[in-house]
Amino acid sequence: MSTKLVIGLDGHTSGERALEFATTLAEQIGNCELLVAYVIEWSPYSFQTAEENAQRHKRREEEISTAKERVVEPAVARLTSAGLTASSVVRHGDVADTLNAIAKQANASQIIVARSTDTRLSKRIFGSSTANLVMEADVPVTVVS
Amino acid sequence: MNRLLKTATLGTFSLLATPALAQEAASLDARVNEAFANATGPFVSFIFAPFPGTEFPWIVMWLVVAATVFTVYFGLVQLRFFGHAISLVKGDYSDPDDAGEVSHFQALATALSGTVGLGNIAGVAVAVGIGGPGATFWMILAGLLGMASKFTECTLGVKYRNEYPDGTVSGGPMYYMSKGFKEQGLPGGKILAVLFSIFCILGALGGGNMFQANQAHAQISAITGDYPGWITGVVFAVVVFMVIVGGVKSIARVTEKIVPFMGIMYVGAALIILLVNFNMIGWAFGQIFAGAFTGLGVAGGFVGALIQGFKRAAFSNEAGVGSAAIAHSAVRTKEPITEGFVSLLEPLIDTVVICTMTALVIIISQQLIIDEATGNYMLNEAGSAIATVDGNTGVALTSAAFASGISWFPYVLALAVVLFAFSTMISWSYYGLKAWTYLFGESKASELIFKVIFCIFIVIGAAASLGPVIDFSDAAIFAMAVVNIFALYFLMKVVRAELQSYSARLKTGEIQKFSH
Repeated sequence: MSTKLVIGLDGHTSGERALEFATTLAEQIGNCELLVAYVIEWSPYSFQTAEENAQRHKRREEEISTAKERVVEPAVARLTSAGLTASSVVRHGDVADTLNAIAKQANASQIIVARSTDTRLSKRIFGSSTANLVMEADVPVTVVS
Repeated sequence: MNRLLKTATLGTFSLLATPALAQEAASLDARVNEAFANATGPFVSFIFAPFPGTEFPWIVMWLVVAATVFTVYFGLVQLRFFGHAISLVKGDYSDPDDAGEVSHFQALATALSGTVGLGNIAGVAVAVGIGGPGATFWMILAGLLGMASKFTECTLGVKYRNEYPDGTVSGGPMYYMSKGFKEQGLPGGKILAVLFSIFCILGALGGGNMFQANQAHAQISAITGDYPGWITGVVFAVVVFMVIVGGVKSIARVTEKIVPFMGIMYVGAALIILLVNFNMIGWAFGQIFAGAFTGLGVAGGFVGALIQGFKRAAFSNEAGVGSAAIAHSAVRTKEPITEGFVSLLEPLIDTVVICTMTALVIIISQQLIIDEATGNYMLNEAGSAIATVDGNTGVALTSAAFASGISWFPYVLALAVVLFAFSTMISWSYYGLKAWTYLFGESKASELIFKVIFCIFIVIGAAASLGPVIDFSDAAIFAMAVVNIFALYFLMKVVRAELQSYSARLKTGEIQKFSH
């Protein structure tokens, strides 16, 4: 059975380092599958106007296709051109929870993410997604600096 | 928005420095008021016409009978599926693959932001001010029964909504009337849909707009001092215009975030006042029960209390009106009935919890004057309502009641009223727009015409006095209920089939919670 690694990207350039690290690791392991994951931050408990609700399905599709086009597919293309087996997934939700769920569902042996580049105030109050992932994940997490 | 209001208010005072100008502005208000009352009089009289030989308006009976029929027909659905409704809102039954779509919670919150507002603050004060504490009892009863009406209309709203190829959705009574009737082989669905749409537009301009603008102005002018209503109207109209026409989403988004906090703060303040006066809560409930069956001296006796309670409950929670069916139809679910379950929480939160809080605070604060000799309430000079300590009515009565417990609360309440009014206007501009586009097509030009009309009515609403505005608002919203409930009677068997199928699958375990 091949080893599965989940690579969590956030659309920032720091993701490059996570990809590089995962490539090296996969080459060392040999029989390895890579799953590139992108989570669009979203909460089912946010407040929206009726008009936003009516257009939500359309916006969701747009968000997913933009994430695929700009982040996930270029990453998969890069990994496959390096001779690796790679696939992708884009989901909405809480970043840490959803990455963990993706890893569990795929029976992945670890999650690789880059260190968060988020410097907003909310990060200082609630902690970054990366920190939350490290604390809550059910599989080992590698944070690439 | 506040800064805008302040600037406008300051501007007004300098403008009014000249007495001639002040007079002119006041007479403009009077002219708007008179023209408006004349234009809407016959429509209002028809909707509130009493049964021959009685003083009981037929429309109130229409709503209560419907709510009772739905309650019985669906076997107390509001009780049996209450726990399930909470599970649905929590997301226990939401497929994780649907993350990013409109959740049950979001659909409920959006619908609530359209209903929780002035009806809960000013409307309750009107009900208790005219019908006495007893109106509260009937209001709670109407709220509990109304849960079944809401369940029926919202299930149908999702079931027969239109889903367009671009992924947007449009739903509401006009769609279940036309599509549902056709599916059932019934004639006349299209005619009902057109009638409903016309009344929905009037309701959006009345209760969803003019009443809001009117009471927001009353609240602001109570703090800043009197000034002509059209000025508040223009300021509101500009801000609403910026949101619905200019697409300035940031204003709507900020409001959508602040409004729930305001709601929680309002209930919190009411709870504090009730806790401080906990020794009077028993007395207040005694007044509510005694008033419900004797009237305690209010105009029209206990029937007067009942009419006021039922009227204001319907105006506040909109059960049977059809507006919620528009708001709830955007949810992502494979089972339309799940949205029906979620929506039945709406009258509970809106009427049974929030309206009752307002009523209790007004009763406990003893703003309503009691004749100590008889124990009954004293009427004002006109004999139309209960005399209050400072002659306050509507939102001013609620404000005075809260001020007796927390002296600075009127300022918070003024802000809450302005924000509630604003968020209700935004919600109703959408309901009205959906009805408008159903009639005139979904073109940009037709949408713009409606939005401009909507903004003009804000100015009229703020300038007119409370009496004609509240009459027209009630009449327009109840007219929606006339058509909507008529259609619900024909379509309720569709909902029952859905209910039977769903509860059977819930029992066998075919419908299960998702592990998140």
